[in-house]
Amino acid sequence: MKVGYYPGCSLSGTGKEYDLSIRKVLEKLDVELAELNDWSCCGATSAHATNHFLSIGLSSLNLFQAQKQNLEELFAPCAACYNRMVVAKDELGKGTETAKKISALNNGESTAKVNIINIIQLFEKAGLENISAKTKMNLKGIKAACYYGCLLVRPFSITKFDDAEQPVAMEKIISAVGAEPVDWNYKVECCGGAHSIAHKEIVVDLSKKIIDDAVKHGANVIIVACPMCHSNLDMRQRAMKDTAAIPVLYLSEFVGLALGIDSKELGMNLHFTSTEPILEKVLVKE
Amino acid sequence: MRIGVFVCQCGENIGRTVDCPAVAEAAGRFPGVAYSVEYKYMCSDPGQNLIKNMIKEKNLDAIVVGSCSPHMHEKTFRKAALDAGVNPFLCEIANLREHCSWVHEDIVDATKKAIDLVRIAVEKVKKNTPLTPIRVPVTKRSLVIGGGISGIQAALDIANAGFECVLVEKEPSIGGHMSQLSETFPTLDCSQCILTPRMVEVYQHPKIKLLTYSEVENVEGFIGNFKVTIRKKARSIDESKCTGCGLCVQKCPIKKKAYNEFEENLAHRPAVYVPFPQAVPNIPVIDRTVCTYYQTGKCQMCVKVCGREAIFFEQQDEMITEEVGSIVVATGYKLYSIDKKPEESEIKGYGEYGYGKYKDVIDGLQFERIASASGPTSGEILRPSDNKVPKKIVFIQCVGSRDESKGFSYCSKICCMYTAKHAMLYKHKVHDGEAYVFYMDIRAGGKGYDEFVRRAIEEDHVKYIRGRVSRIYEEDGKYIVRGEDTIAGKPITIDADLVVLATAMIAQPNAVKLAQTIGMSYDKYGFYNEAHPKLRPVEVSTAGVFLAGACQSPKDIPESVAMASAAASKSLVLFGSDFLEREPTVAKVNESVCAGCFYCQKVCAYNAIEKKEIKDRKGNLVKVIAYVNSGLCQGFGTCNAVCPSKSVELIGFNDEQIYAEINAL
Repeated sequence: MKVGYYPGCSLSGTGKEYDLSIRKVLEKLDVELAELNDWSCCGATSAHATNHFLSIGLSSLNLFQAQKQNLEELFAPCAACYNRMVVAKDELGKGTETAKKISALNNGESTAKVNIINIIQLFEKAGLENISAKTKMNLKGIKAACYYGCLLVRPFSITKFDDAEQPVAMEKIISAVGAEPVDWNYKVECCGGAHSIAHKEIVVDLSKKIIDDAVKHGANVIIVACPMCHSNLDMRQRAMKDTAAIPVLYLSEFVGLALGIDSKELGMNLHFTSTEPILEKVLVKE
Repeated sequence: MRIGVFVCQCGENIGRTVDCPAVAEAAGRFPGVAYSVEYKYMCSDPGQNLIKNMIKEKNLDAIVVGSCSPHMHEKTFRKAALDAGVNPFLCEIANLREHCSWVHEDIVDATKKAIDLVRIAVEKVKKNTPLTPIRVPVTKRSLVIGGGISGIQAALDIANAGFECVLVEKEPSIGGHMSQLSETFPTLDCSQCILTPRMVEVYQHPKIKLLTYSEVENVEGFIGNFKVTIRKKARSIDESKCTGCGLCVQKCPIKKKAYNEFEENLAHRPAVYVPFPQAVPNIPVIDRTVCTYYQTGKCQMCVKVCGREAIFFEQQDEMITEEVGSIVVATGYKLYSIDKKPEESEIKGYGEYGYGKYKDVIDGLQFERIASASGPTSGEILRPSDNKVPKKIVFIQCVGSRDESKGFSYCSKICCMYTAKHAMLYKHKVHDGEAYVFYMDIRAGGKGYDEFVRRAIEEDHVKYIRGRVSRIYEEDGKYIVRGEDTIAGKPITIDADLVVLATAMIAQPNAVKLAQTIGMSYDKYGFYNEAHPKLRPVEVSTAGVFLAGACQSPKDIPESVAMASAAASKSLVLFGSDFLEREPTVAKVNESVCAGCFYCQKVCAYNAIEKKEIKDRKGNLVKVIAYVNSGLCQGFGTCNAVCPSKSVELIGFNDEQIYAEINAL
């Protein structure tokens, strides 16, 4: 299987280990990644907050590029990139004034046929049975709190993927590799997102609530699918008072561990909060 | 033929864009027109008198009125013609208002068109023949579908007027949702106390035939002459033998297999059960899906204890046919379910409120049962999960209603009132408890309604918070309710012990199926459509069928009762005469040329085409031809259009008449 790959800015910076683990895991699952040529910013956060035209226009550039490369599917691992792209595709499809303006600037190109998928959908395409069959390690002792955040499943009318209020798709993958997903309350709460830079205290407060709820419900690891969520939950743990340290793993890192890939190759040494406690629980299958 | 033409100015409605004197003058020169005149308001008394007088004075034998649409005043002018001794079907209307003056601006063109329209009508009326209305007999009995408060009221009103009534209820007992309620707003009188006397009255009434645990399967016929097939579902109990002693119910060993529907799943019931103690009739039903006998052939405990040998395992569904003249549809509502919906459903449900996974997040009817003295907690306010008294309770209004993204866009109308009542009942029983209500607007229109809500706020100190709740989750046995107080402009979090969702009233799940069986139209939510939203609120477009209660839209008890009495009186109007008069403009088959292809039968929307056998003198079958049931025929004319041998004629609109109109152009 071959899919287009849009790493976005985070995956070459703060989310380096997300990129590393994706490449390693997909290799094991026989998924070939074709990186988008000359990709540009997706328009998340800054453009999204200040300029609607740019927020749609920037993502549209990438969608048109994918079309040029004849890609049927474009994989956007970052939840923010994924969200911007599906929203842009939706707006182009509706033929709004913004869409017409964008089309005029792109030689009349007006619709995006490429199917945009996130990491959960990619694993679903690779096949949960396939992943399950390739699982080498015993993850029985691991209780995972799957954290979706806000962007992965919303707005539901556009993403049309899982349930916006009670999502379960990530839990199915966790179960497929033999770990136990926990039932908890904060899986779609806000982590504070990009306020991490300007209003650190807000993010610390919000992220602490998420971590506390996961721990309270018995989780020993939090699984995420967004570099922004990861940096807030992982990096900001130091600033939280009276909070138990808990490893925060990307979904790709977790699946990588299950498939028997070395934790360093997955980039797990790059986390702020030690991943050691979870590595101890990864046992060799008897 | 001596034709009179009467051109109406309709004040300025026609007169402003059509030169009426010119039209009258031109019409006067048409062949066959003996007299023509224009007048300001032809529909007024002097206008009608002008027509009547001129018919007599000028010896007219047909008239054409150039006026508004025939939908408005055709009846008026035909009556005027009849009064003056001219057959009403020799009166034609030329529509000079809706088809001409209202849609054109240029007076010259509009006047030319008006003259054409009058000429067409004149040529038509020349080909008209006198017709007499069809008379059909009326069966003076009524069918009421649904045994809730609406159906009960309608049946009692019809029966008390001296006419027979068949009341059909799909559940084992009549009473409907009202029998589940604790107290009723705005007077807080006990619901069962006011309802059960009426239930008993229905049961004892000599003019009411009660069919419970029964459903309408098929409806044939037309106003005054309906033939209804009813499926009487097998109770597995011989009704003629059962005395309602209840021994079988007590002894049934199945205790936990089935939820009690009457208690809104807050309790269990045996396999053989009576829905509630005051059920009418007080005869149990065996639920075959959980009864051990139907699974393994064993047990038969009920047979052993029944002293009357009334248990009847082999009983079959029975089909009953009833002939009635009118139908009152009072099928009621269902409550929006907070559970997760199947994917194909339009309703998305509320994941943020847990899709019903929390035991102490309940709906309005469940709270009614908890508050009811006959309910699972004997009227003590206890939460379902651990039977403890909730000290803090949150009510959320508009769940499923006024919410296009999750439910429906309409207002469920009664929730503001029942939430205020719930909060009040709670405060009356748990004095140190706190009650919060999240609302969008308070809609308390009705006699004593707003005063009732104010009483909840001012006397019972219920705390009203304007805003929506974004999430509910469980934490250490509490339900964390997070919402927004839009008046304070702040987020608010309440750790509640019990949450009650004011879920919307929605249409019955099989509402559409029944609509198709009877021939009623329904809106996009499945509520039945009235014939006119203002002037015909209890009639449907099919004649002889009337609506009562929440099957038409969300309604409270007084409104449902009023509507039921209105539907009953509409039936009684029908029963006031022995015959109904119908328009004679129906289709007729020329039997000598009909080839019996029955293409007309396929296209008729009213099932009015029947088969008729033609036999010779010796009784041998010659051919089978189409026959029009004039009681069902609506004069639609599709049969006439498709007939390959041109053997169907639409009386009053036959080919000759239509061609005359076309040729006049």
